[in-house]
Amino acid sequence: MNLLIKGGRLIDPSQGIDGITDILIADGVVLQLGKGLAAPDGTPSIDASGLIVTPGLIDMHVHLRDPGLEYKEDIATGSRSAAAGGFTSVACMPNTSPVIDSKAIASYVVNKAKNEAVVNVFPVGCITKGGKGESLAEMGELKEAGCVAVSDDGKPVCNSELMRRALEYAKGVGITVISHSEDLSLVGEGAMNEGFVSTELGLKGIPWAAEDVAVAREVYLAEFAGAPVHIAHISTVGSARIIRNAKARGVKVTCETAPHYFTLTDEAVRGYNTNAKMNPPLRSAADVAAMKAGLADGTIDAIATDHAPHHPDEKDVEFTVALNGIVGLETSLPLSLKLVEEGVIDLKAMVSLMSCNPAKILGIDRGTLKAGAVADVTIIDPAQEWVVQAEKLESKSKNTPFLGCQMKGRAAYTIVKGQVVHTAV
Amino acid sequence: MGFRHKDIIALKDLTKEEIQLLLDTADSLNEINQRDIKKVPTLRGKTVINLFYEASTRTRTSFEIAAKRLSADTVNITASTSSVVKGETLSDTALNILAMKPDIIVMRHAVSGAHEYLAKRVSCSVINAGDGAHEHPSQGLLDMLTMRQKFGRLDGLKVAIVGDITHSRVARSNIYGLTTMGSQVFLAGPPTMMPIGIERLGNVTVCKDMREAVDQADVVMMLRIQLERQGKTLVPSMREYSRYFGLNPDMLSLAKKDAMVMHPGPINRGVELSSSVADCDQSYILQQVENGVAVRMSMLYHVCGGEPVE
Repeated sequence: MNLLIKGGRLIDPSQGIDGITDILIADGVVLQLGKGLAAPDGTPSIDASGLIVTPGLIDMHVHLRDPGLEYKEDIATGSRSAAAGGFTSVACMPNTSPVIDSKAIASYVVNKAKNEAVVNVFPVGCITKGGKGESLAEMGELKEAGCVAVSDDGKPVCNSELMRRALEYAKGVGITVISHSEDLSLVGEGAMNEGFVSTELGLKGIPWAAEDVAVAREVYLAEFAGAPVHIAHISTVGSARIIRNAKARGVKVTCETAPHYFTLTDEAVRGYNTNAKMNPPLRSAADVAAMKAGLADGTIDAIATDHAPHHPDEKDVEFTVALNGIVGLETSLPLSLKLVEEGVIDLKAMVSLMSCNPAKILGIDRGTLKAGAVADVTIIDPAQEWVVQAEKLESKSKNTPFLGCQMKGRAAYTIVKGQVVHTAV
Repeated sequence: MGFRHKDIIALKDLTKEEIQLLLDTADSLNEINQRDIKKVPTLRGKTVINLFYEASTRTRTSFEIAAKRLSADTVNITASTSSVVKGETLSDTALNILAMKPDIIVMRHAVSGAHEYLAKRVSCSVINAGDGAHEHPSQGLLDMLTMRQKFGRLDGLKVAIVGDITHSRVARSNIYGLTTMGSQVFLAGPPTMMPIGIERLGNVTVCKDMREAVDQADVVMMLRIQLERQGKTLVPSMREYSRYFGLNPDMLSLAKKDAMVMHPGPINRGVELSSSVADCDQSYILQQVENGVAVRMSMLYHVCGGEPVE
């Protein structure tokens, strides 16, 4: 099966390409790049003129809720949501039911994805058995089963000694450790960011220090262990500063932030909007500015959505009772393109943040369209305007604060291993 | 002018004129409470449901008496006897109650914002009898009514509020109401009980200690320290709290000579308030309770679309 993508503006930071370039795909891999490429008669082609062609986007932090919580999302629906958002690969977090802490459960995800997913699904295994933070999970076997990282996401590894050993052991295995950095004692029963808005609404606050303290611990443990660590969903001025300083002195730390942390502040919670409830919580305007600055100067390596589907029964309740998290796969690209429009980052940086860097951090053979690479391609229409509507989202869940919002830009074609899996033209 | 709101959820939502109207009406209705036969037919045929998810004696009783004096029918539902224990959601409980066609739901709930949530889902009026650490508008109104009765005005009064501001819905409603009415609010409490940005709520000053707050105050409002809620991390002991943030005669002497002592109750004698202060001539605690009935009559009357009482 061949495919010719003609006349698009190819942006591939892995090869330093930014210009009108055709791509010829054969048997699921990139055969050739060039200008005015010809293909044998009958080869399907896509006219990408006026569109942006990039290595397939990668969301390195999603919750597919499968196994066990399929009433929120499953591997099939989550992968369709990813495709609709322009993502050709996702890394799914292990806080399912049961959790992905063994080869058997990881294999279930890999096999189900093989049969039902329209995009690549890379499972993330647990750092600790049961995600309980008491002893190390079998990281070697998790990697063998296809896990690309380990994380107890949803919770931190509270025990610092155990986290140290996890970093050391994972280094030996050669698997990325993703830290959910949060000091639970500081979070307490907090339901939103601690600040003026929480004071007005009378809701218990989560101080920014709860994140900063935990990020600092991970940085020092990684530095001591001489091992890499990736910090999930950073949201504060302090996290960005700590990571920037650590990188400057050579600590192998990388991090991601989510579109909502560079787009919304805790003002969005007003009216006790449970679709603005997530963990970490939406922060202040200064924190939003710090996320933008971190994306601009390379402190932040990746944009990841923390796609967290929840059933209406879990969101249409009193604010403190509502579960944390929002769906993000289908709004990530336009919200990131907005940063480009605002001049915070350029398109090349956006592609690095959403494709090349996540591939590098997870150690997967994606994030490039070099000849011979897997033909995962996203073709972006940066001008297409659309409105976020619940009934049009591919995800099983509709919990997003962006419902009703006007978006600009979306994936016109999502191509996985040379196959078009989503079209919106 | 009339009262345009279907619900009363927060004093933050009310204008000066609306607060004035509620207080003026309460003053008029107070006369009914002094009669031999304390009942008028104003809300005859109306049904008021008191839905209490948190324990309350004073507020629930006060709302019930207020409704009865206006001839409304009242039903009390408390969390311990309701289907809450069976795990029914607030939304389902509310819709079931609504199916019985009440005119007003008076609710107390431990979750901040529960009333806003409820009001969006029911067609009847919702009155907030306290939500989490957010607001307690009837308490704020009765406090203001009590101050206005004594001083004839609220404008320019110096009001000290002392205690756990972070967890206090009484403090928030008073801050919103009083600053809207032109009073100056001075707050004191341990820094562990002072929420971020509270000084931005209006004409509010956070004081470095209690003496500064009480100095030359017209009103000293003491908040109940909730022994069960504050846990072990906010203050070292009730003894030390009482030494620095309790109101005793010495501390009270810093306030104006005719200063009022107020407390939303129930009081912890010897903790936030010494018994001699609680029982002294300057204490208006029982008058607050008395005014509570009139203020709640006023609230019930106005959400039912009442015209100003002559």
